[in-house]
Amino acid sequence: MASLKDLKNRISSVKSTRKITKAMQMVAAAKLRRAQEAAEMSRPYTERFNAVIAKLAASVGDAENAPPLLAGTGSDNVHLLVVMTAERGLCGGFNANIAKLAKAEASKLAAEGKTVKIITVGKKGRDAMKRDYGDLFIDHVDLSEVKRVGFGDAQAIAANVLERFDAGEFDVAKIFFSRFENVVSQIPTMQQVIPAEVGDEAAADADSFYDYEPDETEILSELLPRGVATQIFSALLENGASEQGARMSAMDNATRNAGEMIDKLTIEYNRSRQAVITNELIEIISGAEAL
Amino acid sequence: MADTMQFHLVSPERQLASLAVAEIQMPGADGDLTAMPGHAPLITTLRPGVVRVKGPEGEAAFLVTGGFAEIGADTASVLAELAKPVADASAADLDPLIEATTATATEASGAARDRADKQLADLKALRDMVAG
Repeated sequence: MASLKDLKNRISSVKSTRKITKAMQMVAAAKLRRAQEAAEMSRPYTERFNAVIAKLAASVGDAENAPPLLAGTGSDNVHLLVVMTAERGLCGGFNANIAKLAKAEASKLAAEGKTVKIITVGKKGRDAMKRDYGDLFIDHVDLSEVKRVGFGDAQAIAANVLERFDAGEFDVAKIFFSRFENVVSQIPTMQQVIPAEVGDEAAADADSFYDYEPDETEILSELLPRGVATQIFSALLENGASEQGARMSAMDNATRNAGEMIDKLTIEYNRSRQAVITNELIEIISGAEAL
Repeated sequence: MADTMQFHLVSPERQLASLAVAEIQMPGADGDLTAMPGHAPLITTLRPGVVRVKGPEGEAAFLVTGGFAEIGADTASVLAELAKPVADASAADLDPLIEATTATATEASGAARDRADKQLADLKALRDMVAG
């Protein structure tokens, strides 16, 4: 059985661990609020943007001159997966869940005989995918220096992706991120960005006829690249909120576990302390009786 | 017909303004235009410039570096990548953009070059306006 001193050391070490996890939980809670605010602030832009794209796409329809960002390149042999994860760990299954979804998609595509290319955003995703799919990596975006994700960061990623698209490096691009539902549930999500997937709201709105200046195709070819940046931006924001949410609940669990462990160790400590005292008493009493 | 329309100015990072206005001037890609309540539905791209609104709540002016606008009979939304009230804007906001556009303009050729040159001219004009 562990000595009293060992037990005491264990207890104090678990106590300091609990302090750390508690602090991390509170930091995550504060960051979560900020991340959620950022995500909410970007929503009006995203919603309007998507509505306009949907209208435009509906009016251009299947015209032959539809830009390739909307209509696709005509084939779907090469897939680009943009896997967005966090730069840091200790956030429960957050990174692992995104990586799992991306891996499943990559192996599905590979089984269909397609070529897969991967761009990772965030260190943890790269680490998680490196072993199985490391040879498919074509680029990595490091956001560890970025304190607060801005639209500029999303634009940089989008520019990178679009350059590769223009160079004909891939036909279909999908992004992987985690959609923030609430603190306890974040849903790993796959979203196709190229060719653009247009929602159904277009049909409902088709009766209002818009004038376009310049014409539809020209506007579309200007807006679609921005659409890619917008989608990446909102994915980054969702990811940011999800990461903090996941970290918060993971750290909450860790704090609770540490508390339970401290209780158990304390009981054990008290029991052995009592045993020691009882032993000493017996020794004294039997010593006195022997006199 | 109402005498005002709801005007929204949104950037990807936040909503900058949402107010009732009587008139909106904006720098359309094919020329400046003014929208008033009851305007025919229109979607247009914007070039770098200043969006001015007038309404019962007063006037406001915003610097935009491009984007697009969706105008309906009683609402108008300007979606801009970078937007700022003119009063808060400074030449330093535009300098990095001018640099980037200059780089594109020198690399590009043909139609892309023309577009970048035009963008650059618009940006420079805007910068002079802000700085002056």
